[in-house]
Amino acid sequence: MFKKILIANRGEIACRVIETARRMGIATVAVYSDADRNARHVEMADEAVHIGPSPAAESYLLSERILQAVRETGAEAVHPGYGFLSENRLFAEALAAAGVAFIGPSPRAIECMGDKIASKELAAKAGVSTVPGHMGLIADAEQAVQISREIGYPVMIKASAGGGGKGMRIAWSDSEAREGFQSSKNEAASSFGDDRIFIEKFITQPRHIEIQVLGDSHGNLIYLNERECSIQRRNQKVIEEAPSPFMDASTRAAMGAQAVALAAAVEYQSAGTVEFIVDAARNFYFLEMNTRLQVEHPVTELITGIDLVEQMIRVAAGERLTLAQQDVPLNGWAIESRLYAEDPTRNFLPSTGRLTRYRPPERALGEAVLRNDTGVFEGGEISMFYDPMIAKLCTWAPDRALAIRAMRDALDEFEVEGIGHNIPFLSAVMDHPKFVAGEVTTAFIDEEYPNGFCGATLDTATLRRLAAAAAAMYRVQEIRDARISGRMDNHEREVGSDWVISLGGQDIGVTIDADRAGATVRFEDGETHRVASDWVPGVSLAVMDVDGQRLVIKVERTPYGYRMRHRGADLKVRVQTPRKFALSKWMIEKTPPDTSKYLLCPMPGLVVSLAVAEGDTVEEGQALCTVEAMKMENVLRAEKRGVVARINAEVGASLAVDDVIMEFA
Amino acid sequence: MKNILRELESRRSEACLGGGQRRIDAQHKKGKLTARERIEVLLDEDSFEEFDMFKAHRCVDFGMDKVKIPGDGVVTGWGTINGRQVYVFSQDFTVLGGSLSETHAEKICKIMDMAMKAGAPVIGLNDSGGARIQEGVASLGGYADVFQKNILASGVVPQISVIMGPCAGGAVYSPAMTDFIYMVRDSSYMFVTGPDVVKTVTNEIVSAEELGGAKTHTTKSSVADGAFDNDIETLTEVRRLFDFLPLNNRAGVPVRPFFDDNARLEPSLDTLVPESPNQPYDMRELVKKIADEGDFLEMQAAFAGNILTGFIRLEGASVGVVANQPLVLAGCLDIDASRKAARFVRFCDAFDIPILTLVDVPGFLPGTAQEYGGVIKHGAKLLFAYGEATVPKVTVITRKAYGGAYDVMASKHLRGDFNYAWPTAQIAVMGAKGAVEILYRQDLGDADKIAAHTAEYEGRFANPFVAAEKGFIDDVIMPHATRKRVARAFASLRGKRMENPWKKHDNIPL
Repeated sequence: MFKKILIANRGEIACRVIETARRMGIATVAVYSDADRNARHVEMADEAVHIGPSPAAESYLLSERILQAVRETGAEAVHPGYGFLSENRLFAEALAAAGVAFIGPSPRAIECMGDKIASKELAAKAGVSTVPGHMGLIADAEQAVQISREIGYPVMIKASAGGGGKGMRIAWSDSEAREGFQSSKNEAASSFGDDRIFIEKFITQPRHIEIQVLGDSHGNLIYLNERECSIQRRNQKVIEEAPSPFMDASTRAAMGAQAVALAAAVEYQSAGTVEFIVDAARNFYFLEMNTRLQVEHPVTELITGIDLVEQMIRVAAGERLTLAQQDVPLNGWAIESRLYAEDPTRNFLPSTGRLTRYRPPERALGEAVLRNDTGVFEGGEISMFYDPMIAKLCTWAPDRALAIRAMRDALDEFEVEGIGHNIPFLSAVMDHPKFVAGEVTTAFIDEEYPNGFCGATLDTATLRRLAAAAAAMYRVQEIRDARISGRMDNHEREVGSDWVISLGGQDIGVTIDADRAGATVRFEDGETHRVASDWVPGVSLAVMDVDGQRLVIKVERTPYGYRMRHRGADLKVRVQTPRKFALSKWMIEKTPPDTSKYLLCPMPGLVVSLAVAEGDTVEEGQALCTVEAMKMENVLRAEKRGVVARINAEVGASLAVDDVIMEFA
Repeated sequence: MKNILRELESRRSEACLGGGQRRIDAQHKKGKLTARERIEVLLDEDSFEEFDMFKAHRCVDFGMDKVKIPGDGVVTGWGTINGRQVYVFSQDFTVLGGSLSETHAEKICKIMDMAMKAGAPVIGLNDSGGARIQEGVASLGGYADVFQKNILASGVVPQISVIMGPCAGGAVYSPAMTDFIYMVRDSSYMFVTGPDVVKTVTNEIVSAEELGGAKTHTTKSSVADGAFDNDIETLTEVRRLFDFLPLNNRAGVPVRPFFDDNARLEPSLDTLVPESPNQPYDMRELVKKIADEGDFLEMQAAFAGNILTGFIRLEGASVGVVANQPLVLAGCLDIDASRKAARFVRFCDAFDIPILTLVDVPGFLPGTAQEYGGVIKHGAKLLFAYGEATVPKVTVITRKAYGGAYDVMASKHLRGDFNYAWPTAQIAVMGAKGAVEILYRQDLGDADKIAAHTAEYEGRFANPFVAAEKGFIDDVIMPHATRKRVARAFASLRGKRMENPWKKHDNIPL
């Protein structure tokens, strides 16, 4: 076994690999860029080597710098994690040449699977089912119809040079195929100057399901069940689970066998993933093979009890797999939620900055298991240079419903402040009926949240439980406030017991009776709730017990009362005496100022260019300026026709969220 | 007998109607509460005791003898906020537009006298069209009487003004002399001369809101200390402010039960100061992580953002905080910041509220605008205020403490009691770059030499230890232990007594 390994990565995956290595008694070497000087993986490793400036292209992607670090530290093997150099054949070869083990597959396997077309051909040869289609040139509409019939409807007719939906048609019948071929061809010619067309099977209600494979250098190959990764946004996975709620034993066995066959074709000897697209009839087709550890590998580990990183290290050291296919367990259910520094209410734009608060949940209740893979810490920085993932929060439970429940609780308890993040969105998905039923496709987010996400809506029962909790909290706070020094003796304030709680558009009159064990909150309509909690003012995460059920609320005091966040909802909660409530009806609801006359900076970033000048008339959709954030150039466009009255930002200026870039007349 | 008792009831109901239902409705329609409703929201339930409910004006000119409304446009009395006594006046816009008559002024003066006797704060809820023109000079006299009371009460009992409607002309000078002014957004304004006069005299066309609304006074003029969305939120926030303030200048700060660990460690503060000295960070995070329960009541938050002022509690007791804010203008001191902080420091000192100062200051803002504006005298206000203050003073230098600004920010030399520095502190006459350019002018053409000199200067001064060697810093503390160390420091200073030499009063550079 190796004595020392180097982890050529950063963030949570570097931390995760270090943990396993440490458990195995292997010394670890971290590498870091300028931006990661204080990162968690650097802190955790036994040694750390600085490899360059913050941009990945000048540090984590430079194989020569990594090799130098290997030489300096005498590491015997390199774990590449995912991304960066993990699927770089030349890097694997360079390591081999230097006599250093690559904890991953052979350069040949990386190369074969690195090319999309070649890998498909290889898959077809290995007997793996691929999306039926015709790659050759199609002469005319009649040939298109004939090919479509062979493939079987529905089919997708696509321009070879296509992209962005242009030159793309879906056909369900001969006539549609005929028409679609012609219009695609015309569109392709005019849009791309290239009218070559191909046809493939159109997958309805597609799911993304992938098989984890594991091989050693002695020709042993097994698969470790599947993962369902259909909840994606712009091809970025958001929620994964294992097993798939859509799977049956025979499909699993068939997919597993094909995945192993493909892996065998390239003598695969590490952990790898074969991705499939699966249609509503459980037909599955090969997409691609990832020759590395996947981000979402923890869900597989949770249902199999197998540490994939340990297996990768062992096989890289030449050990044999000790598991046979029939020994691979499938135990319970695991779900992973990826926490991203992306603001879901701002169309998931990346958010950077300091984590002023970062408190992951500590444990799950009952039989459930909690796992949080992370590379950050409270007081750390989410920098613009790398992937905006904060953490991978996983729950395991004996069944799917319990795993979902554990995830809901864990998300409620996860405190992240200082940056925008997607916890509310993840919570909303966990409560979405289609997700709960396991009826998801890769179009889930686009279809269920077509206008983006602006907070979850809670049902009345939950709102009422929150109202009861608010009453109990308010009572504690008011009694404390009334115990200030300097009171007039014998004329102290008596905190009342009748209040009106306003939240989510409802006003609920309540009476609260407190006793030693808690409080009983009686609603004016007769409903009563029993609240027990040890919440005191200043505690930002209120863990309450309402009617014997646990209720976890993120709470902040505000001029209007409380801001409460729970299950993806962000609520303004007022608690007032009945008299104050009666008076509050005279208050005028303030509408937020009209910002349509301004172009506001949607995220912290740098102005790269301005496309217009003062006095210009702009049309709807016209590009106004480009702001760079997280290495992404974001083009900001006019929402409507108008005249640029003033430009407040200059090129090179660094802007904060909501800074006014320009004003319109 | 019963009839006589009933007579009281009917007179009371009449007085409570103020200017009548029609005017009350009009007030509500504008999103405003009536004078008595506001008092209900401000004070503890059923705690209000009214004075002079039946008082009426004595004017007979211009038909005024026929318009007599009991109370005369202002509701006065006392009550409690969380059981602590407070005197209140609330102008009633429904009665002759809340205009101030001689008797209206007498009522205000009466409760101010009572407040001074009892040692209780005064809160004024302002909603008045101005002087009672029919009374002429008698009304003006009334204003001046109130002004005089404000002046004498200043520094004896806290005075809070809430602007909840118009407040124009001479009327503005009573709130102006109180300690804090809160305004209601969109329904209140304050100015010495209104838009019409402005137009006639200067040809400027400006709306009342732009001229003297809550936004103007919280962002541009700094006349107001805070603004809130409506009457109820504003009055609720006044209660919150009141809970931080002592009842009078001898009562000491109020102490509340607190639910926080006074030795709480905050590991995240160890990474608050960025690696690069040119990179800003949010000083508010430090304030909140020091404070009990993370509760920071910021005053003048929207003005002179380069300095933060406000109240926190440590072990339940109020502490005033002044902190440079590196997020705005790198946290430098300028005219506005000096004025804002100086007034706050003097308030705290006047009422025996201990002061916590958090320092990250690169110096004073240079430029003709500052010099022509008199930054010398304005900066001196803050220096003066810190130097004369006798309350417990604890200072923590987080990063830069350069030049004269180092002296100003509650340094040891200005009788700072506990002066701490983080290991990231740099206490020097100026930044390394500037210093080297002066010290090694002859080497300016040689980049290598300059770099070497800069490194040498940084090595010597870019740390807190030179100052610590001289005893200007009492200790270098770990950022994560700041709350614990600061709380202990203030605890140890509870017995501090200090007096300045006798004088009629000082001559702060106003």
